[in-house]
Amino acid sequence: MANNPTETVKDYQNYVDKKSPNSPILKNCFNAFWVGGLICAIGQIISGFCKSRGLDTELSGTVVSILLIGFSAFLTGLNLFNKIGKFAGAGSLVPITGFANSIVAPAMEYKSEGYVMGVGGKMFTVAGPVLVFGISTSIIVGIIYLIFNTTGITLV
Amino acid sequence: MSFLQSLDWMQILKAFVVGGLICVIGQILIDKTKLTPARILVIFVTTGTILGGLGLYKYLVDFAGAGATVPLTGFGYNLSKGAIEAVKEYGLIGAFIGGIKASAGRNFCSSIFWLSCLFN
Amino acid sequence: MQKLGSQTIKFDNPPSILDTACIVGPKEADGPLAKYFDQCLDDEFWGEKTWEKAESKIIKETVSTAITKSKIPADSIDMCFAGDLLNQCISSSFGLRYSNIPFIGIFGACSTFVEGMGLASSFIDGGGATNALCAASSHFCSAEKQFRFPLELGNQRPPTSQWTVTGAGSAVISKNGNGPFVTHFTPGKIVDMGIKDANNMGAAMAPAALDTLLTHFKDTGRKPSYYDLILTGDLGHIGKDILKDLSQKNGYNINANYNDCGVLIFDKETQDTHSGGSGCACCGSVFSGYVFNKLRNKEINRVLLIATGALTNSTTNQQGESIPGIAHAVAIENTI
Repeated sequence: MANNPTETVKDYQNYVDKKSPNSPILKNCFNAFWVGGLICAIGQIISGFCKSRGLDTELSGTVVSILLIGFSAFLTGLNLFNKIGKFAGAGSLVPITGFANSIVAPAMEYKSEGYVMGVGGKMFTVAGPVLVFGISTSIIVGIIYLIFNTTGITLV
Repeated sequence: MSFLQSLDWMQILKAFVVGGLICVIGQILIDKTKLTPARILVIFVTTGTILGGLGLYKYLVDFAGAGATVPLTGFGYNLSKGAIEAVKEYGLIGAFIGGIKASAGRNFCSSIFWLSCLFN
Repeated sequence: MQKLGSQTIKFDNPPSILDTACIVGPKEADGPLAKYFDQCLDDEFWGEKTWEKAESKIIKETVSTAITKSKIPADSIDMCFAGDLLNQCISSSFGLRYSNIPFIGIFGACSTFVEGMGLASSFIDGGGATNALCAASSHFCSAEKQFRFPLELGNQRPPTSQWTVTGAGSAVISKNGNGPFVTHFTPGKIVDMGIKDANNMGAAMAPAALDTLLTHFKDTGRKPSYYDLILTGDLGHIGKDILKDLSQKNGYNINANYNDCGVLIFDKETQDTHSGGSGCACCGSVFSGYVFNKLRNKEINRVLLIATGALTNSTTNQQGESIPGIAHAVAIENTI
């Protein structure tokens, strides 16, 4: 048949793409923007508070991380974070809250398989790759910095 | 009231806008490329590390504060900052310990907080 | 038992479905078909510690309800065909381990229910069994855990994704009975049209459903209008749309009497299930609850039930393999 989309794999893929609805990207982006922005703004307020109490920038940053991670882990434990994530998408995923959620969620899920291989083994299923790639890149950055600095060229 | 007045509202607005925009980039990646959340997070942390290594991310942090440090790119920036500082101090070995040192605080506390799931 | 055409079995003495049972979870209980289910659970655990245990309990209780309703003694059931989605079909084997019925574990992904019904009918018509039972279960939480991400992970589901039905369906089929009768069984071929998106199962399975549907019509010489209802298992809204369109393109118009269990079981607008329901229990519970009820009351008399399955797992999916689909069909009629 001439217009049969099941003739070839490619035709069918195109046909399915046409038939499948797209994600409501504008709405998703709007929600991601204000939730993500709000989380960052809360971080800024915490950091401002820390600085007003005399903490240095570095330490304030750590306090912000700890509080946001703790809050996110708490919400995950109450089964609320997935509802926020469903609404906000990248808005709650990209900030440090999403990273914390990605550790706590598998830990809760696999608790039934024991604490060592269940919780311990699975908690970094999502966060593990993030740490591996992040730290590996930082090692490369360090080495490049070392090479270029010793030859007298500084990056930026 | 004095606490509210002491806050730098302009800085908070900057953090809101920049942090929000970084999240929008992530949302576009999710909707347009069908990448899984794990891959999105890896892309963000790697981008942050590279931009940090090039010294570019620092400008964003100076401008937006928490708007740049709270998203995962900020985590990458911290990693590269840690690596570079450790290289200055210890040389080659610093490249290997710097990132881990910088992330230790966050890793530790996130590991601690899974305890919350025990009460669930 | 005789073979028609290329792959359809026609039963000489069509076995009768004595009775069916289904138990579903809380989300299904909020759906439009709630009043047809035998039992609706208040939560996903049903007093158990893990989701896997809960799923085993669901299939165990569903099977015992079906046996009770069929009014034949449990020890007169010669064979049980059951399956589910979890690795090595543990829900059905754990759920039925103390049932004392010869057990044949089957896997056809979400097509398991009809696969079991077809096999049970074949064994009965072939003389290998007098009474047989088929059952299939799935559980939203255990399926998400195995195939996707932890439930607590805050991510968004794309609009093409489907919602695994929590529950189980079971049917007791016998050589003797007053119907409805299983008259034909068309086992399907594996069809792979190269879809790789695990969030668009409906599109991956629709070509398999089309293949089985067309084969069934060719083998039996029947037309779509012969049936009061043509019902696919879990194609969902997108797959349903595709199947309608494709069968029209192939010269069979099924628009008037076609529906899909995944579309029926949830209300898309209020339940946020995106493309609809999926899972073994989708077809199992909708047939055992809703369709069987209508057959019994003679509201409909001829049903073609085509359960669809996606023969994939998370490993092959991560390795970038496409998703092969399968569909099995049984014709169920009130009169022979």
